Amino acid sequence: MSDPILNVTGLNKSFGAVHVLHDIDFGVYAGEVTALVGDNGAGKSTLVKCFAGINAIDTGQMFWEGKPVTLSSPAVASSYGIEFVYQDLALADNLDITQNMFLGREITKGPFLADGEMEAKARETLSSLSVRTINSVRQLVSSLSGGQRQTVAIAKAVLWNGKVVFLDEPTAALGVAQTRQVLNLVRRLADHGIGVVLISHNMNDVMEVADRVAALYLGRVAAEVKKSETNTGQIVELITSGRSGTIGLPAATAVQSA
Amino acid sequence: MTADVSSAAAEFARRQQSPLQRIQHQLHGRPWLSPLFLLFVTFVAFFIATPTFLTANSMGILLQQTAVVAALAVGQTLVILTAGIDLSVGAVMVLSMMVMATLTKDGGMPGVLGLLIGVALAVGAGAINGLLVTRINLPPFIVTLGTLSIFTAIALLYSGGESIQQEHLPGLLNALGNDFGIGKFRLTWGIVVVIAIYAVMSFVLSQTAWGRYVYAVGDDAESARLSGVPSKRILLAVYTVAGLVYGIAAWILIGRAGAATPNAAPTANLDSITAVVIGGTSLFGGRGRLIGTLIGALIVQTFDFGLSQMGVNQQWRVLATGLLVIIAVAIDQWIRRVKA
Ligand SMILES: Nc1ncnc2c1ncn2[C@@H]1O[C@H](COP(=O)(O)OP(=O)(O)OP(=O)(O)O)[C@@H](O)[C@H]1O
Ligand SMILES: [Mg+2]
Repeated sequence: MSDPILNVTGLNKSFGAVHVLHDIDFGVYAGEVTALVGDNGAGKSTLVKCFAGINAIDTGQMFWEGKPVTLSSPAVASSYGIEFVYQDLALADNLDITQNMFLGREITKGPFLADGEMEAKARETLSSLSVRTINSVRQLVSSLSGGQRQTVAIAKAVLWNGKVVFLDEPTAALGVAQTRQVLNLVRRLADHGIGVVLISHNMNDVMEVADRVAALYLGRVAAEVKKSETNTGQIVELITSGRSGTIGLPAATAVQSA
Repeated sequence: MTADVSSAAAEFARRQQSPLQRIQHQLHGRPWLSPLFLLFVTFVAFFIATPTFLTANSMGILLQQTAVVAALAVGQTLVILTAGIDLSVGAVMVLSMMVMATLTKDGGMPGVLGLLIGVALAVGAGAINGLLVTRINLPPFIVTLGTLSIFTAIALLYSGGESIQQEHLPGLLNALGNDFGIGKFRLTWGIVVVIAIYAVMSFVLSQTAWGRYVYAVGDDAESARLSGVPSKRILLAVYTVAGLVYGIAAWILIGRAGAATPNAAPTANLDSITAVVIGGTSLFGGRGRLIGTLIGALIVQTFDFGLSQMGVNQQWRVLATGLLVIIAVAIDQWIRRVKA
């Protein structure tokens, strides 16, 4: 088994008195899709934001290609090639598609924005994703539909040729055809050697596209299993009760956390 | 195929719009159009009402009167673009002006040095606002309400409440009040400086990454941060740059008023906010342009100037300005309700 390209050990995270993540060990593997599943409020988005340097972690150590790193801000994370599609998308409504895709990482000529160049790259990226639902990369994001916004957020993450991509419920607002495209894209990214983390509540999508599944239960990793060694029923049990047969959290922990 | 269907649908939707909705749509895309129209209407109205209004002499005076508010409104626009508000504009300007004048009075200090210290002080005052907003996370309204009183009090204490007339000041401090002629127009150097500020800041806002971050932070500081925009640093910079602009406005004001007076420009806060709002910048942040603010400042001053030429007294002019703000914000709300 190969080593993870990005991983964390012993991660704890509290918001004030609320202890949200407990002793998390979690890894991302190059060329594989890891599905991160768990009930609402299990801590999935919180964990993603720890990797983005948005949430400062209380304890724990992150490793990039085995070397200890501190991901202290989104800019640091992107300097390693870690990209994100956040659950709430984090797009600026008052900017257009191109401006959003390059926000925080604009291409400049001297002190000035190279808008033409950015526009061309934005168009290129969207067409490489075979997106046909967006007419102009100069359209304001405020005028886009939910699915179009999600597409832009994904394109924004893909644009940078990252080595690791986190997708927090990327298909939540998408129709059948668009969901299909995103799942294909997720697979394609992994096949190109990128480490992908996919958060989803849709078990069909998870089973179709994932190589491994990590289940969070009340802020703890209940289990991390290979897709080939599990099934939908087992994952659902892990999500809902933290254990399934011989795997999962010890009964005492599961009860105590609840 | 799909594209054809959707563009046909869009075409259908367009035909369904009433003329009013079409205007609404146009204004949504070009927020500076409605202030420009308002300015035009104001001009026509005063032209009809007073024969002396549209003369070179009057226009020159109008521009000179607009200069200070227009300068302040640049800083106010930056702050409002980030969804903040700055109630300390006038106080920072007056404090900076009193320091410049007191330091250089009767040859006490070279003009250049006094000017630099005064402007630096304004920059520092802006930075204090910014630090309170970003470090202690206080709402801009509260921060600048507090610093409004503090800076006003310091300016009064420091100057002993005394005005300093221009005869006692070095030439440099009075320089922006000097005028020159273009044809029949008399323009001051203060007007030139204001135009330069607008040109530079418009360029910075539209052509640099920093300018784009100002808009992104104004839309949603948290999601901008998720994209890697250093939201707090941008906010701090906005308040600091605003301070710089108020410092330059202080210099313009000395030239315009012919004196440094601790209770000068009592309506500076309200006028600057009015100019920004009438200029189409949204008080909710993230939307607006400096060119709109410039037009807004002209409207505010045109109203005041035109009414005073008609012999309307001060109280009625203030009342009219108040009405103007409410109408402008109501129009802004209406435009925002456009169906995208
Ligand atoms: N900034 C915050 N401050 C306080 N509590 C927070 C914060 N962010 C998240 N939480 C809490 O952490 C817990 C985990 O939230 P999180 O958003 O990570 O869940 P999730 O697994 O992504 O759920 P969902 O499937 O609904 O997206 C929740 O109880 C939430 O209220
Ligand atoms: Mg979530």
